[in-house]
Amino acid sequence: MADIKNILLVGVGGQGIILASKILAKGLMSVGFDVKMSEVHGMAQRGGSVTTQVRFGEKIYSPIIGKGQADILVSFEKMEAVRWIDHLKKDGKVVVNDYEIPSAPILIGSAEYPKGIVEELQSKTNVTIFKAADIAKGLGNIKTMNIVMVGALVKAMGIDNIDWEEVIKNTVKEKFVDINIKALRKGMEQI
Amino acid sequence: MKKFLTGNEAVARGAYEAGITVASAYPGTPSTEILENVALYKEDIYAEWAPNEKVALEVTIGASIAGARALAAMKHVGVNVAADPFFTYSYTGVNGGLVIVSADDPGMHSSQNEQDNRMYAKFSKAAMVEPSDSQESKDFVKTAIEISEKFDTPVLFRMTTRICHSKGIVEFGEREETPMKKYEKNIPKYVAAPANARALHVKVEDRLKKLEEFSNTTELNRFEWNDKKIGIITSGVAYQYSKEVFGDKVSYLKLGFTFPLPMQKIKEFAAQVETLYIIEELEPYIEEQVKAAGVNCIGKDIIPRVGELNPDIIAKAILGEEREIIKFDESKTVGRPPTMCAGCPHRGFYYALSKKKNIMVTGDIGCYTLGSAAPLSAMDTCICMGSSISTGHGAQRAFQKNGIDKRVVTVIGDSTFFHTGINSLIDIAYNKSSTVTVILDNRITGMTGHQENPGTGYTLQGEKTGMINIPKLCKAIGIPNVRTVNPLKLNEVNEALDEALASDEPSVIITRWPCVLKRLSQEDVEEFGNERIVCEVNEDSCRGCKICTQTGCPAIEFDSNIKKARIDENMCVGCEVCLQACPFDAIEKAGV
Repeated sequence: MADIKNILLVGVGGQGIILASKILAKGLMSVGFDVKMSEVHGMAQRGGSVTTQVRFGEKIYSPIIGKGQADILVSFEKMEAVRWIDHLKKDGKVVVNDYEIPSAPILIGSAEYPKGIVEELQSKTNVTIFKAADIAKGLGNIKTMNIVMVGALVKAMGIDNIDWEEVIKNTVKEKFVDINIKALRKGMEQI
Repeated sequence: MKKFLTGNEAVARGAYEAGITVASAYPGTPSTEILENVALYKEDIYAEWAPNEKVALEVTIGASIAGARALAAMKHVGVNVAADPFFTYSYTGVNGGLVIVSADDPGMHSSQNEQDNRMYAKFSKAAMVEPSDSQESKDFVKTAIEISEKFDTPVLFRMTTRICHSKGIVEFGEREETPMKKYEKNIPKYVAAPANARALHVKVEDRLKKLEEFSNTTELNRFEWNDKKIGIITSGVAYQYSKEVFGDKVSYLKLGFTFPLPMQKIKEFAAQVETLYIIEELEPYIEEQVKAAGVNCIGKDIIPRVGELNPDIIAKAILGEEREIIKFDESKTVGRPPTMCAGCPHRGFYYALSKKKNIMVTGDIGCYTLGSAAPLSAMDTCICMGSSISTGHGAQRAFQKNGIDKRVVTVIGDSTFFHTGINSLIDIAYNKSSTVTVILDNRITGMTGHQENPGTGYTLQGEKTGMINIPKLCKAIGIPNVRTVNPLKLNEVNEALDEALASDEPSVIITRWPCVLKRLSQEDVEEFGNERIVCEVNEDSCRGCKICTQTGCPAIEFDSNIKKARIDENMCVGCEVCLQACPFDAIEKAGV
């Protein structure tokens, strides 16, 4: 099973994680991999912690990634990286969007957004942290943050030889193609 | 052609390829996308949202008796609602093939229980298939239709969340254009009156014998011979998990047709392997039958019957293997429970309700179930679809009969009201309950991702249709006090609640405002407008009392450094609930 790779995308409902994983799966399929992907729907989406799991290789059975099994953890939100870190392989990579979305207990003042997350991640994992939101804003649309993350992910995973720009062209609406390709490139530059 | 599909999308494709022409469902996670995708084959399949699962199943039973191939889809608890027609249609048998999809939710990602609906096949004596991935989800629909027609039985098509919502590569086939079967009047078969039903039951028992023969010969139940020290009998996603753990190192009996079980094949398999494991999610459905047949096996002694299964649980249970895990400081995370969205019309109503004293609130199933969460904590019960009104009535009567001074408010969404709430409201009117019923009409079925319903004016396949007029309906049932309010206006809600609580007669309050995520129809824009002027905190006036945070709005954050509230301008939609809640007028409309 050594040739199977596991990508765990985590974040908060509404951050565009499903589109990101759709692009990822399309690209991986285009070069002949077997791919499985698992998503979360329903109640959990309402501002809750969400995850999409993508597995690829010659032949994939289980659609889900176990604890200690992810080759890479891509977190669209800072605190979510910590929540899912137990799914990371010991020598796995972490890519984190330096972006905070306070959860309900923090908003009502009964808890504080945790401090020292970056230091904790740096001390225990091979982590790259950058501000994907600022990059996306700089491009003119904060919603392209998800594609910035895809760019960083494909570079970090060493699957940047796939024609991701072509995949984006075939996935997003025509008027958003250019900005998303820019977002992809910017993301790749972060690694 | 190959496509990357969820199990649900694959079932829809399977319905198309199997020549199905009628499909009906009520939305429910994890089944919802099945009908949404069937509906896309507009030319070939009539697809509809029914008000509930019983209706959906009956619609497809009618189509099947008429001679068409048909499919009904529902979540596991939906089968409870549809159980009545299901059991009897198993007696009568079909004309055109009928597939009933049950999407179970082990782990309760979005459900109130994790019942294992494989039990329904055994209970109803209908045949059952269980796909284990997206490809099988497509292929098995056609197979199930063939089984249904060949053996004269409806077929239960049992899926689980991980099959429904996982994507895999699916190879497409062609649509099989099947002429509709001839409808012939057949009273002994289709009129399940006692005299006929007695004969039907005999036929059903005979059918089971034939189905078991089929189960023992079909390729849906197949051996995968490898080393014979360990043998595993498994089905559904548990098969994929088992393959993940053991690969080609052990032998498998992979079951795709799981009722009746292929007991002959099972015995043959058991005789050849040293240790036999049954790996199944939730109940020991296979294990109990295998043991009853006198075959020794290991199952639920080591595989938990609670919660969702995964490869790690199997590896630990059978091999004693666990992966090394990076441990992190738990203080570095704070929980992230789901919340009602910023601008959710339910928030204003719940905020007002949460201030009422000495009441019990019976709730129901939908996004508004989140009204039970802190800081609102304004819902006391949630049992099943449509239960709020009737449980509320029962509680109110119990309080009254036993001399306890407490009032009951029941809360239900529009789609849930149409589902099974209407019957309960009839009970309220008929039995003169003083219960206060609140129908939260957000103009859409929200939680499952915005499906049309009998109140929205559109059908599943996008046609315009009539809208149920809820106030008129309530009046027609016989509710004397019916009032419609804007849930974002706290005064209106308060007044309506106070008035209803002061009355001994049945009262209904309808809160009418669209879900903040709804794509507004022309009618919605005309009725509700679509301006968005965000709210902002005037820091000079804010005294840091945190009352606005008690609305539970995710756009409001309390900054404990400066002891002031702050509103996220990107999230706020200007619903003004916080503005009304603030006792110091410190929240204002931006630029106004």
